[in-house]
Amino acid sequence: MIATAWWGRRLARAAEWLTTPLLPDDYLGLVNPLWSASEPCGRVESVRRETADATTLLIRPGRGWAGHHPGHHLRVGVEIQGVLHWRVYSITSAPDSPDGLVSITVKTLPGGRVSPHLGRHTAPGTVLRLGAAEGDFTLPFPVPPRLLLLTAGVGITPVMGILRALAARDTVPDTVLVHSAATPQDVVFGPELRELARRKAALTLHEHYTRMHPGGPGAGARSRRLTADRLADLVPDWRERDTWACGPVGMLEAVERHWAQAGIAEHLHVERFRFATTPAGAEANGPGRVRFTVTGREADAAPCVPLLVVGEDAGVPMPSGCRMGICHSCVARLVRGRVRDLRTGRIHGEAGDLVQTCVSAAAGPVHLEL
Amino acid sequence: MNATTTAHLDDTDVEAFGAELDRIREEIIAERGESDARYIRRVIAVQRTLEAGGRVALLVSLFPPAWAAGTAMLATAKILDNMEIGHNVLHGQWDWMRDPKIHSTTWEWDALTPAAAWKHTHNDLHHRWTNVVGRDRDVGYTILRMSQDQPWRPDHLAQPLYNAALAPLFEWGIAIFDLEFDAAVQGRKTWRTFFGELRGLASKAGRQIGKDYVLFPLLAGPSALSCLLGNLTAATTRNLWSHTIIFCGHFPDGTQTFREEEIEGETRARWYLRQLLGSANIEGGPLFHVLSGNLGHQIEHHLYPDLPSNRYAQIAPRVRELCDKYRLPYTTGPLGKQYRQAWKRVLRLALPG
Ligand code: FES
Repeated sequence: MIATAWWGRRLARAAEWLTTPLLPDDYLGLVNPLWSASEPCGRVESVRRETADATTLLIRPGRGWAGHHPGHHLRVGVEIQGVLHWRVYSITSAPDSPDGLVSITVKTLPGGRVSPHLGRHTAPGTVLRLGAAEGDFTLPFPVPPRLLLLTAGVGITPVMGILRALAARDTVPDTVLVHSAATPQDVVFGPELRELARRKAALTLHEHYTRMHPGGPGAGARSRRLTADRLADLVPDWRERDTWACGPVGMLEAVERHWAQAGIAEHLHVERFRFATTPAGAEANGPGRVRFTVTGREADAAPCVPLLVVGEDAGVPMPSGCRMGICHSCVARLVRGRVRDLRTGRIHGEAGDLVQTCVSAAAGPVHLEL
Repeated sequence: MNATTTAHLDDTDVEAFGAELDRIREEIIAERGESDARYIRRVIAVQRTLEAGGRVALLVSLFPPAWAAGTAMLATAKILDNMEIGHNVLHGQWDWMRDPKIHSTTWEWDALTPAAAWKHTHNDLHHRWTNVVGRDRDVGYTILRMSQDQPWRPDHLAQPLYNAALAPLFEWGIAIFDLEFDAAVQGRKTWRTFFGELRGLASKAGRQIGKDYVLFPLLAGPSALSCLLGNLTAATTRNLWSHTIIFCGHFPDGTQTFREEEIEGETRARWYLRQLLGSANIEGGPLFHVLSGNLGHQIEHHLYPDLPSNRYAQIAPRVRELCDKYRLPYTTGPLGKQYRQAWKRVLRLALPG
């Protein structure tokens, strides 16, 4: 086994001499994108509508996929009008599922660019780029004996990955899932969760609805958000449970405060969804300030001063060439924030983009990898 | 610069001309999308398929038809790699796709010179200072006299010979040129940087040569010699072709050169004007344009070096219309004519005056 791996590596190295300046992978990827390990991809096998605005994509990962742990998320790259966009999604499938598929569940955000495309306009057969699975919202080993899973909305997605992994094992630890959604129909994976709770005695499911039709079942008493008191009613021993929480920012903050007040912050694990873009308009209009993440320098940036000049004035070694936007020598990676193209006034930029610093100015706070 | 070509335009006219060119640029940027992305991916796929096919055929090139087919495929692959793909990707024409592999910062090409060295001398020096004598080293590549503004030296008498020798060895010429030995001598570049770049070139060139002239011939076994000859023929064909195309970009009749004092305080619109006056197009069909990296649209390329090359054909008639409107020259002609005129300039300027 070890010898074959060694020979395999040898052979791959030798093949690089034959394909230089490209990689053997570049040729393999040409035949089938899934064969490329240097640019991991996956092919959408099927698409499943979960609720009115949540869609699951079942993806067959290619050679570059190294597997995942329950609770992990990954970056997914999708091409829209020729441009590659990356977003982060939780993995909702269990590791090593028998069909070999990895699934993500996308909530369509109204007015979004990427989520409507993934959720509504992605057909089976589409090839998506996959980043590595990562994150620390994972179950430790051995699994703690008593768990509380606290989720709201699409916050169920990483927890679904965890639940499915637990369900695949013989013994499920004593687990309580408290999930909030607007109505029963809005519970992503609702039928599967209910079925799971019926099958596994150790799993208790509490669904909490924040918006019930007046006069409907549970109207009045159970409307509005889940409160700490209500949680204590549902799960009297919440203090003794290792807790995993995922949901909107407001909910997570409240939970963190509550657990800290109880002096058991170490029992709590939270997953925050990170959005790749700074919402346009919100921060983009604020005062320009640039943080250079490698050198650790920081400087104010006037709306019409190129980032190149801001950096040079702050003593950052800035790469540059023509200084007029034609040579691309000055490109730097945008870590966060948005920039204004000084030639056209257009505001653009997503985390990870390479921007030409000589013709871009800061639109609000900007972090540059320099 | 020939002042009479632009004498009828005042500053406001030039700025208006520049603004119209800016508008074309913005329109193309707004329009580019899926079909452009498909285009470059297709060219890359064709190039890689031709290269793989050519290499395999040359492994059995003792069989003469395999030699002919393999050499032709490999030559075409090398031409596509350097011209339509490498040159244009390295210009950042496809950076907007955000594909980490088809990106000016990561691309490497099938040429001796490392992409980084070439990007500096070409994208920055040549495109910023196009045809400015003393600034744009592409005016004669430091060895030829291509403008009357360059002082004559006796060694220029031999320049027809240099140029003839440069053509088949073009990639070597570029590699040495990109090292900027002259800049190191004049102190514009430290020797430390120079030697660092020399090491970079040695390692890149070593890999290229090892692959074409050692590894593949060895793999070909009994066909070793014919494989080596095939590789050499393909590389030389590519060199002759790229030399021809590039030679026709700035030296045919009608293209102008500039003195440094003429471009002092140059605005963006005047920079456009200089790109137009300093460049010449070559007429040809779609296949010709792909094989020449769309450098037959040299004028459009110089106006918009980082717009996707597949769009130049669409931009060209609009630029030409603008030139008519502002009564500016638009130098163009078939390949044979442009090539003859460029050679005429080499011969003429070998002599003083
Ligand atoms: S320095 Fe040339 S594009 Fe920015």
